[in-house]
Amino acid sequence: MGLPLYSQIIQYILSGITIGSVYAIIAIGFNIIYNSTSIINFAQGEFVMLGGLIMILFTVMLKFPLVLGFLLTVLILTLVGIIMERFAISPIKKPTVVTLIIVTIAVSILFKGIAMLIWGKDTHFLPPFSGEKGIAFIGASLNPQYIWIVGITVIVVVLLSIFFKYTIIGKAMTACAVNRTAASLMGINVKRMVLLSFALSAAIGGIAGIIITPITLMAYDNGAILGLKGFGAAVLGGLGNFYGAIFAGLLLGIMESLGAGLIHSGYKDAIALLVLLLVLFIKPSGIFGVTEISEFKKF
Amino acid sequence: MDKKDSLILLFLTVCLVVFPFIVTNTYYISTMVFVGIHGIIAIGLSLLMGYAGQISIGHAAFFGLGAYTSAVLTAKLGFHPWSAFFLGILLSSCIALIIGIPSLKLKGHYLAMATLGFGEITYIVFNELTDITGGPSGIGDIPKISLAGYVMNTDIKYYFFVWAFLLLILALSLNLIHSRIGRALRSIHDSEVAANAMGVNTSKLKIQVFLISAVFGSVAGSLYTHYVTFVSPSSFSLFFSVLLVMMVVIGGMHSVWGALIGAALLTILPEFLRALKDFEIFVYGAVLLLIMIFLPRGLSGGLEYLFNRLIKKL
Repeated sequence: MGLPLYSQIIQYILSGITIGSVYAIIAIGFNIIYNSTSIINFAQGEFVMLGGLIMILFTVMLKFPLVLGFLLTVLILTLVGIIMERFAISPIKKPTVVTLIIVTIAVSILFKGIAMLIWGKDTHFLPPFSGEKGIAFIGASLNPQYIWIVGITVIVVVLLSIFFKYTIIGKAMTACAVNRTAASLMGINVKRMVLLSFALSAAIGGIAGIIITPITLMAYDNGAILGLKGFGAAVLGGLGNFYGAIFAGLLLGIMESLGAGLIHSGYKDAIALLVLLLVLFIKPSGIFGVTEISEFKKF
Repeated sequence: MDKKDSLILLFLTVCLVVFPFIVTNTYYISTMVFVGIHGIIAIGLSLLMGYAGQISIGHAAFFGLGAYTSAVLTAKLGFHPWSAFFLGILLSSCIALIIGIPSLKLKGHYLAMATLGFGEITYIVFNELTDITGGPSGIGDIPKISLAGYVMNTDIKYYFFVWAFLLLILALSLNLIHSRIGRALRSIHDSEVAANAMGVNTSKLKIQVFLISAVFGSVAGSLYTHYVTFVSPSSFSLFFSVLLVMMVVIGGMHSVWGALIGAALLTILPEFLRALKDFEIFVYGAVLLLIMIFLPRGLSGGLEYLFNRLIKKL
């Protein structure tokens, strides 16, 4: 590239923030389920994949307007989350952590199989929401889709904060996260909160899929790697920690982008993961995690 | 090893010896070779997961380290297959120590993430270290291994070779479980705090078991390399690590026999499902889900239950 180094770096940081916002949303999805159930939902990445592909079905194949396609996709993902909880999670009589991990992995394989049957093995394209013409931004070129991604992430984060702090259902879910038994004694229907957490988490995963697809494209087998990055961000930020997830998501995204640009593109994932491992080795409960919690919810 | 285990081991040995005389189709023999290879690494992982209670979602890395050490040293540098085999074990052990010591201080999902990250990094290195590993296109023309003058160049010979290894590893593992160490391990699984209080050095034991499972993984990897005579990174991806964990859990975590049953099921099932073409992945996921919902203790747990019911009826 003919650009000077500082504008290259700005470029990398911009794309890092963008991809990092998506990791942050996926990590929040992990946290919502983890908080109310102590389950790590390994199918979280598949929600993202389904979000992207269903959006393509509505807007590219059926030519629906963007907003309608967006709303329908989120609605369908909400239903997918509910179905998953009803048919895979709640039938388990004696849930142990390892059983639940394998169940969510089995569900993720199932979703992948369904997606392959519907969309085939091809990689699908979703046009950017507002054209592809770059916007000049302090010496770098800014892809308009970046603004959409960061903007929608901010909206999702703000709405979720309001939901968890000020609505009665949100407060009930937070109560379940703090102490399930106590919440249940206070008359909160814990089972309904678990169902709700899957619905909410799937919807958020779907949104992540919709906004990232114009940049990365989407195929039936892309869910796993996106889920892995989101899980990495959730762990790095301290499992269950809402703001930790956002910080860690952005950090992972920026490191990955800088690593790819300045060191070697093949090693970008390795660099991000190496930093993650080092953080865990130094502080075993993530950057913002509390040691007590990390030991409490164990196998 | 107790009496029941010895009897099952004897029965298994007889079945294994008889099998190739009844089933002569080389395709089935070849599938059984893979069951044996997967079984070796799954047994190691079940010691770690079922007995020490520590998860690893990165065990494909040790399988890959063994496989690549054998491949690079024999095909590119002309080493003797057996010296490469033992150097693979040495390398895997060193890396298991480097990764295991800090990782095994982590708990639950944090340990899962750390091992997962380690597995992914190894996979990326196999892909990117093109000068040594050949990158995504891999290494071919790997020589066959021989034992006491016999070159293992047919499916049937390799079948006996791999299963002899598996029976040896199985016997060693069963002995370990019924020893003092095995009891100490189970105490970690039940309650690490209590085990510590009783004077069990839990952190040292966890690392030792991690080491053993890494060695088994490396052995399986070297056996794999000399059988297929070709390695490429795609065999050692995250998917394979997850598959190994599933073998252990689906088979039943509470016994090493479960690992063997799980390895057999998850190696043979995809071969049957291949006929379903596009429905393959879908049916595979559905079968796993149903097993986990209806048999939470895994197949060996289910079999044990049926067996006990049968005995009561008689």
